[in-house]
Amino acid sequence: MKYRLIFRIAYSLLLARWKQTLVAAIGVTFSITMFITLLSFMSGLNDLLDGLILNRTPHVRMYKEIQVSKKQPIDYLQKDPQGHNFIKSVKPKKDRVDIYNSDQIIQSLKKDSRVLGVAPKITAQVFFNVGAIDLTGSINGIDPEEENRLFKFNDYVTSGNFMDLKNVPNSIILGKGLATNMMVNIGDVVQVTTSKGEQFSLKVVGFFQSGLQDLDKVQSYASIKTTQKLLNQSENYITDIQVKLKDILWAPPTAKEYQEVYQIDAIDIQKANSQFETGSSVRSLISYAVGITLLIVAGFGIYNILNMLIYEKMDSIAILKAVGFSGRDVNLVFITIALSIGIFGGSLGLLGGFGLSSLIDNIPFNTESLPTIKTYPINYNPRFYMIGGIFSIITTYLAGYFPAKKASTIDPVIIIRGK
Amino acid sequence: MTSKKVLEAQKISKYFHDPATIKILNEVSFSLQSSEFVSVIGKSGCGKSTLLYILSTMDTDYEGEVIIDGVSMRGKKENELALVRNEKIGFVFQFHYLLNEFNVLQNVMLPGLKLGKYSEKEIEHRAYEKLSILGIKEEALKMPNQLSGGQKQRVAIARALINDPLLIMGDEPTGNLDKKNSEIVFHIFEELAQVYKQTLLIVTHDNEFADRTSRIIEMEDGRIKKM
Repeated sequence: MKYRLIFRIAYSLLLARWKQTLVAAIGVTFSITMFITLLSFMSGLNDLLDGLILNRTPHVRMYKEIQVSKKQPIDYLQKDPQGHNFIKSVKPKKDRVDIYNSDQIIQSLKKDSRVLGVAPKITAQVFFNVGAIDLTGSINGIDPEEENRLFKFNDYVTSGNFMDLKNVPNSIILGKGLATNMMVNIGDVVQVTTSKGEQFSLKVVGFFQSGLQDLDKVQSYASIKTTQKLLNQSENYITDIQVKLKDILWAPPTAKEYQEVYQIDAIDIQKANSQFETGSSVRSLISYAVGITLLIVAGFGIYNILNMLIYEKMDSIAILKAVGFSGRDVNLVFITIALSIGIFGGSLGLLGGFGLSSLIDNIPFNTESLPTIKTYPINYNPRFYMIGGIFSIITTYLAGYFPAKKASTIDPVIIIRGK
Repeated sequence: MTSKKVLEAQKISKYFHDPATIKILNEVSFSLQSSEFVSVIGKSGCGKSTLLYILSTMDTDYEGEVIIDGVSMRGKKENELALVRNEKIGFVFQFHYLLNEFNVLQNVMLPGLKLGKYSEKEIEHRAYEKLSILGIKEEALKMPNQLSGGQKQRVAIARALINDPLLIMGDEPTGNLDKKNSEIVFHIFEELAQVYKQTLLIVTHDNEFADRTSRIIEMEDGRIKKM
């Protein structure tokens, strides 16, 4: 009953200045629309850019690094040295680059409950022979099925079928840039020279486009078997073990653990690609900052309009108090006005934000480097809508709080006697 | 009906501090019995309006005691005082102070809705009753700015009556009206006092008006000169 009366008074005061109220509500609508659109778009873009690298990067990569031995012979000799040993011009020793016991490691990794999948990989440096010229490049020996399941390999193979790597013997998928440079088409045969000087002929079964042009000019893929043959190595020759975890956030501790358990080098995705995470978080931060600034500006608009309304309706406030409305009632009236502007403008803004982001979502966006993207990326995360909704209410409440407080402390005697 | 004290003022003093401290009311004491029609007169600046606002509980910055219906107003909280005004005091000002956003009927109903003692239907019925006493029932659904000055003042009186207050206070209620309308408003007050036994306390500088009330309190320089 009491609140209904408050609502009625608030409503009639709102209508008394409906044009200004509408402008205030439009301010909120506009800012919420932009807030939602900005965040959805920015976050969609972030996901796209992250996906470019993160989807294709193993969460934990295990490999063997060519490096100087941590313990030099002299350290074995002196169990308890009295001082420091200075050794000059230390060089890495000749060692195999493949992983010992790769089979057992893979088997044991597959049993780990945290692991989504394991894909072995071999990297080999080669020269592609084109007429009189040799182009440097590298061949990644992969298991096409696993590589596709874990790292969406097929998304980047723009022509040809990636499974041909397995089905066609001695086959290769070339980077688009590399293929263009060599002027080869699918079905052609390319000559490859390994670092040890052996020559091979490989049949081109497809092209891939990663979105990173420099990468496409040097990379190519072949099956593990083909690569092992190329390098003249045995069947358990593996240089990298790629692990995809169920949760990307588990990567750092898991990498550390594997490093100790299997005694090989392991690097987690966060360490390997820290620049991407920084970029993403800075971009989100900027979009939040801009969105919140918009809302605060809208809040000032509401504040101004309410302040004006209070000056204009000073008489009405005074008389309400004279006939028995308490300061709290008057306060509630103005808070109600502010919140109605917020809720009305905010909900329209949420709808507007959704509309505008779906519009952007339908704008064609074709780029050479991103073959899988056809329209601008948008992330419809309900969290943005929740934040936008809550924020519109909080800002309008704050914008109404001070004017309402002022109205509630108006002394009716001063107004009434002033006439 | 046995007459009882509706309002009692005990040694009320009030200071104005701006620009210099002036004692505007000096230990004013008097009491008001039920169904009395009292007018307060005095030259302008003698403190009669100030006294009225103190008695109405709107001004709380004073010394002394205000007792309404046997209850002291000192030390009451702002919202408790608002409730007292709502329930026990009807106010008529020099200016009508109707809310332009509401029609006449809603303006009259407003204090009743705030009190919430009756249902909305009941309050509406009572509002029509009050309006018909004042002879403006036909204007009930008009907006205040469609009414003449005299009619507006009558609406304000109807609003003051809606909660059947213990006491009606008026601050120069005829001050803004012409001779004819003043006469109408006076007759309404007279009728309220005689027929409905309404207690009235009216501040005025219109001696002709005051002469026709049942009791005159004359003030001068912050004191009661004659009672």
